[in-house]
Amino acid sequence: MEKNNRRAWLYLLPAIVFLGVFMVYPLIDVFIYSMEEGYNFASQTYYDVGFYNFSYVLRDPYFLQAIKNTVLLVVITVPISTILSLVIATALSSIKPLRNLYETIYFLPYVTNTLAVGLVFMILFKKTDYTDGLVNMIIRLLGGTAVDFIEGPYWAKMLVLCIYVVWVVMPFKILILTSALLSLDRTYYDSARVDGTSKGRIFFKITLPLISPTIFYLIITGFIGAFKAYSDAVALFGTDLNASNMNTIVGYVYDMLYGNSGGYPSYASAAAIILFAIVLTITCINLIVSKKHTYY
Amino acid sequence: MNTSVEASVDFKSIEHRDRVKKKVCSFILYTLLTFWGIVVLFPFYWMILTSIKSYGEYNSESVPKFFASDPTIQNYIDAFSSVPLIRYLINTLIFTVVTTALMMVVITLAAFAFARLQFRGKNILFTLFLSLMMIPNELVIITNFTTVTNLNMRNTFLGLILPSVTSVFYIYLLKENFSQVPDTLYYAAKVDGTSDFKYLCRVMIPICRPTLITIAVLKIIECWNSYVWPRLITDQQAYFLVSNGIQEIRENGFGRENIPAMMAAVVVISLPLIILFFIFRNKIMEGVSRGGTKG
Repeated sequence: MEKNNRRAWLYLLPAIVFLGVFMVYPLIDVFIYSMEEGYNFASQTYYDVGFYNFSYVLRDPYFLQAIKNTVLLVVITVPISTILSLVIATALSSIKPLRNLYETIYFLPYVTNTLAVGLVFMILFKKTDYTDGLVNMIIRLLGGTAVDFIEGPYWAKMLVLCIYVVWVVMPFKILILTSALLSLDRTYYDSARVDGTSKGRIFFKITLPLISPTIFYLIITGFIGAFKAYSDAVALFGTDLNASNMNTIVGYVYDMLYGNSGGYPSYASAAAIILFAIVLTITCINLIVSKKHTYY
Repeated sequence: MNTSVEASVDFKSIEHRDRVKKKVCSFILYTLLTFWGIVVLFPFYWMILTSIKSYGEYNSESVPKFFASDPTIQNYIDAFSSVPLIRYLINTLIFTVVTTALMMVVITLAAFAFARLQFRGKNILFTLFLSLMMIPNELVIITNFTTVTNLNMRNTFLGLILPSVTSVFYIYLLKENFSQVPDTLYYAAKVDGTSDFKYLCRVMIPICRPTLITIAVLKIIECWNSYVWPRLITDQQAYFLVSNGIQEIRENGFGRENIPAMMAAVVVISLPLIILFFIFRNKIMEGVSRGGTKG
């Protein structure tokens, strides 16, 4: 036992060292940073301790814009992607031939580089001097007027960002929901069929309650993921997100840390802590709501 | 007699109606599924299509065409010759292979200790590990950036790799798998005088190989697509990974806005993971549904 004791710590040593240096220490340090006022990155000095960084960040118009963008993105994409994936997963689980093929195709975006495919979305939606792009061509065919979705009005940019985010998160949701639907106990359905229950009723009274834990899991992870959106926006609008008014909270953190507007780790820390507080609050609310509405 | 004939007719019409209804239903289902399939595949089609159109052809189409009248591979030659695409790919390959290999060693040792060995404070330590899973990357990246900068490891592979060689989630996943290996095997090995390390290498790792492969493949995908950390840590092109490379190409790549060449680069960058996906399709999908998340 005693010998085993010391050996065990040896096995754990690499993990403990790496986690200690790159997770536990930074976790403490980020709170210290956020309290150090006027921190200078070059000389590593500061002149006071307090909450100034938080009040600075909360009054920074770029941060407020980032919050607005992120909240809009969350509010639009989470419900749409959840409902859409539920529809597709239900359809997918009720067919047999070709199911594997469809599943494979649907999962493809998961393994692709967000930045690389984002470029494709950009050229599909972009309006240049040469061409209005494919999406604008379709809009004109339908009788609308062409819009520059990448450098044009705010709502158009938001729309593209939402479309891209939904496209990116769908594979994960479809996969999880399909496997949940396929693992349901068939006996419920057989007895409902014997009773002559209609399909809609079966879906809302049997299927939905049975997979409600999975749906809540997807809503929670969807909220967390959407609040941390960043590389999707970079892929569409380039690295200078403040200039195009499309920054997200995570983008603001990185901009404060690095790049042309960077060098302010204190502001970055304060913004990151605010983000963490928002995400934690919403996750807790989600958990409380899900406790009330899930059936096991 | 009469009533039974009527009844059978009735059955037939009911059966007929039922069959029609089923056909309509499955038609709608397949239409919906195919529509979403097109939505998913279309960007891939468009990127390949654009990459084989010549620069002149692409820019003369004010209405984009759905086919290439004169396919060319010139864009691929441009992509490799006028931007350091090979450099980006090699960097990403080094980063991915080293990070994944190191992580596999670290997490295997840790998971083995948690699953098999007895030591004081094991439960407390494991709970502490698990609670680290809730910490978002955004919170710790700020200090990691300063740590790596102060260690003068910016623009080095070491600085890129070190922060991502542990994953609490994968330790947890592997520990669960290790725990399923029956105790009797361990005691039998102990009786034979096998050391713990030998037991880990000769028994545990071969038995749990499927899980190990799944974790490795998921980590490879994560590494290949990582963007934020490499962007913070590298500002010299010689150390760019593909994600940063693509961003660099977009912002000041091919001199003019050469979209076909850009798309050729995008195809080259996307291809390795798509090939990996088709080889390990089942493992990847199974692993992700067991608890992987993106972003």
